[in-house]
Order: sequence, then C-alpha cells, then structure tokens
Amino acid sequence: MKNKFVIDFIYLIFQILGIFVISFILLHLVPGDPVLVMLGESSSVADRVALKQLLGLDQPLYTQLLQSLFGIFQGNFGTSIFNQQPVKVLIQEAIKNTYILAISSLLITLSVGLTAGFMAAKYQGKWLDKTITNLSLLFISIPHFFLGPLLILLFSIFLGWLPISGMQGIYSIILPALTLALGLLAVTIKMTRNCMVELMNSDVVRTARAKGLSEWKVLIHHVFRLVLIPIITLLGMQFGSLLSGAVITETIFSWNGIGKLLVESIQTRDYPVTQSCILLIATSYVCINFFTELLYQWVDPRVRLNK
Amino acid sequence: MNKIALIILMLWIFLVIARFIFNWDANEMVFDEILSSPNKHAWLGRDDYGRSILTRLVDGLLNSLGIVLIATFLSSFFGIMIGIVAGYFGGRVDQFIFYFINLFMSFPGILLAIAFAAMLSPGKLNLIMALFIGGWVAYARLARSQTLICKNNDYVKASRSMGGSDIWILKKHILPSLQTPLLVEGTYSVAGLIIAEASLSFLGLGIQAPEASWGAMMRDSVRFLLVSPHYAIFVGISIMSLVYCINAIGDFLHKYWDIQLNHDKR
Repeated sequence: MKNKFVIDFIYLIFQILGIFVISFILLHLVPGDPVLVMLGESSSVADRVALKQLLGLDQPLYTQLLQSLFGIFQGNFGTSIFNQQPVKVLIQEAIKNTYILAISSLLITLSVGLTAGFMAAKYQGKWLDKTITNLSLLFISIPHFFLGPLLILLFSIFLGWLPISGMQGIYSIILPALTLALGLLAVTIKMTRNCMVELMNSDVVRTARAKGLSEWKVLIHHVFRLVLIPIITLLGMQFGSLLSGAVITETIFSWNGIGKLLVESIQTRDYPVTQSCILLIATSYVCINFFTELLYQWVDPRVRLNK
Repeated sequence: MNKIALIILMLWIFLVIARFIFNWDANEMVFDEILSSPNKHAWLGRDDYGRSILTRLVDGLLNSLGIVLIATFLSSFFGIMIGIVAGYFGGRVDQFIFYFINLFMSFPGILLAIAFAAMLSPGKLNLIMALFIGGWVAYARLARSQTLICKNNDYVKASRSMGGSDIWILKKHILPSLQTPLLVEGTYSVAGLIIAEASLSFLGLGIQAPEASWGAMMRDSVRFLLVSPHYAIFVGISIMSLVYCINAIGDFLHKYWDIQLNHDKR
C-alpha cells in the first residue's frame, strides 16, 4: 500500500513535468513569430529585437525551458507583457475565484444530484423517475455556451431575479455555478439512479430487508453508502471537465477566474500568462485525480486490501 | 434508429440541399431588417448585419462538419496507428507511448485545443490542427487496449506460428477486429468535436468572420440577448439538435453491433 502510494506520487511528479514540457513546447514551437504578432506588422526591427531579448526568446529553446522551470520552482511565473504585473499575482486572484465557482457547482451537483438520483431510484418506473431521467438527458446535451445564455434569458431578463453577469454580491455566483453544474449533475443523477437500482436487487439489501429493517433505513444505511463510492470517482474524474468548462462559463458571465484570464491573455497575446494558466489548470486536474484515487482507496476497503 | 433524430437529420439534409439548389447567400445583408424577428423572407429572422440566420446556420453546419470530419479522420488515423504499435509490440515501446497518451490525457477537455489554437493564427487549417492535437489520444487509447485484447487470440498465434509477419498480422487480424469499436467511438467523438469546434469559435479562436460558424454566431447572439433572444435560441437549438442526432447514430451503431465498449467519457 505504502509502496504503491510512493510510486503513484513519483508518477504524478513526472506527469506534471511532462505537462510543463508539452505546454512549453507547444507554445514555443508553433510556426509564426510571437513578437511580430504582439507588436504588429508595422513595428520596427529594433523594437522587435528589444522585445525578443526582454522575453528571452532569442535564446535556444532548452535554455528558455530550463529558465522557466527554475523560475517556477522559485515561485516566479514571469511578468505579464500586457500590464507588467507579475503573473503570480494575477493568477492567485483568478484561481481563487475559479475554485469558488468550481466548488459551488460541485456542491450543487452533489446535493441535487444525489437527492434526485435517490428519488428516481426509490420511485423507479413512476412519473417522478421518468421526469428526472428525461430532464437529466436534456441537460447533458446542452453545451455550456448555450446553457449560460439560456439561464441569463430566463432568470435575469424575463424573471429579473439574478444579476446577468459580473461578480457583485453573493447572488452573482448562482448562474455561473448552475451553468457549470448542470452537465455534471445529469451524469451524477444517472449514475446514482443506476447504481441504486442495481444495488436494490443485491444480496446486501435482501439480507437487510430480511432482518426487518425499515425501507428508509435500508436505503440510507446500506444502499446509499455504497453508491457514494462510484460517485466520488466520477466527480473526481469530472473535475477536469469542470475546469475546462469554466473557461467558457467564466467568459459568458465575466467571472474573473482562471478561464477568463486565459481567454483574455490569448486575445492580448500575453504569452507568460497563457502558459501559466494552462499549466495551472492541467496541474490542478492531475493533482485532483491523484487525490481522488487516494480517497477512493480510503472509502473502499476492497481496493485497499486487494493490492 | 431513434425517430426524432431521424426527422431532425432529414430536416438538416433537406436544408443543405435547398441551400445548394436555391444558392442561398449567407453574406447577403438587408439593412432594413437588422435583428428582425422571423418573417417570411428570413424564416428564423436576421442577425446584427441583417443576414438571414437560417442561411448562416446551414453554412455554419457545412463549415463545422467539414472541419470536424477532417479532424476526426486525421486523429483517428494517427491515433489508431500509434495505439496499435503500442499495443502490439508491447514492452518499452508500449511504456513510452502509454506515458505520452497519459500525458495528453492529463489536459482536461478542450484545454489543449484552446492552447494550441491560441498560439496559431486563427483559421480553418489551424483549427483542424488544434482539434487533432486534442483528439488523437482517445483513439490511441482505445486502439491500444483493443490490440492488447486481440493479440492474444488463438488465431493470431496460429497466424504467427505459420510464419505470418508483423505487418501481415496487423493488417489481416488486428485492424479488422478494431473496426467496430473504433467506428462507434468515432461517431461519438464527432459529436464531442462539434461542441469543441463551436467552443473554440465561441472564444474567437476558430472560424473567422465573415464565414459562418455556430460558435461565432453564438458569441454574437449573446451580445444581442436583450434585443433578439430568438437569435441565441435558434443557434443553440441547432447545435443541440445536431449533437443529439450524432449521438443517436452512435447509439444506433452501438446497438447494431452490440458491443461492449469500455470507453469512459471524460
């Protein structure tokens, strides 16, 4: 067990290093001169050379890569070209907002998804089950960039309940969190329902019923606890899609998170910021996957003992 | 096949045929009718330049499908090649390739495509490249796992014992066995790529104006949500209907061949 943990951890570090190298190479090897794009076609040659030297782009690729890597180890992510602020400051603020958004939608997913899936399984085949199943099928097929405007139309324009976008007040988080959550919510409902239906016909439940437990006790104590295991895995794996969905959602709702920062930095050709954002999102993703794996082993004794 | 999906599909095909017969012009502007509601000249109304939304939707469909199909072809071709080589030869080669597959998998969703599209100047070819960079991994992984299963079959061993070369076995035994699962996976991934393409265009990294694309239309329509909500709704419904159709085709193929795919959607 301990051995496996160490191996997994070493692999994680290699994975993060690999992510760094790939994103670095992708961004630096693509054809086209970034300096030319930043300054425009009409810029003077002297300006171009100066900027190139400033960014360190005149040095060989491996030197740039090592410098950038050592910089990150020292907590130095470079300086934004666009507004001359350290990238670290920009990113710290943004990642905080993104995590607030992601965790809110995860909470929505967990609370609503588990309840809805639970109810659907309990009233299996009844109208409630059918409604929930069909609704979740509908939600799963709406892309973020359509769901966002749709929710704005409904809740902000027609009903006037919630702010359209921006980050004023606590209510402004509701719509983006909902947009981000609905896709994941649909998967959670479906999985909770199917797992529970399967478990309700299993030996565990038959034994529990046979010893005279009430229906609710059977559901909560035996079925629900077992359902949590696949759900944790699912949510851990899906956290990445939440992070990449955040790029679109934050753009729609002007939520000052890492996704919006990424898109803005792309539009202003702010190289260091783009690279740091991508690195950060991908690193969070693999780290969360790693911790999901740990959590999974902790929750499910079978996984722990078999190894 | 699902009846609703079939009807939607027929409708789209009918619209595409109509576009070519009547030679609709997606860039024709009528300045008197900017952001107008649906009327008898423009069935779905007009956009902020007075162009017919319906016409632009059909053109956007053609653009989007073209790009997505080419990207799918490229990523399936290279992905399958890499996956087969990894699965078949095993050992060091497999470890090396599998590390790379995992590395590319550790970029969530379309992040890699966004990164790549961001660094290239926007355009159709670069959009295809961006989708390809993010897309080949799924095929490589599936092809690798299927090859691993297939290569231990008795008929492969028999073929090798009779002196079949690696190339011969790959061509005659491994590749044909991959056909069905990969075709199903491919159909589903087309649906994913359509959303990815629309997302990139939505962020301004995909197809550029004045060419029609669903993502860019969505972005424009959001700006006029207060004035003409029907614009956003029509574009959104179009994307959803197409994705729904393609998923239905995938389901149909899946049931038709009745195979158990061990694909886990990320």
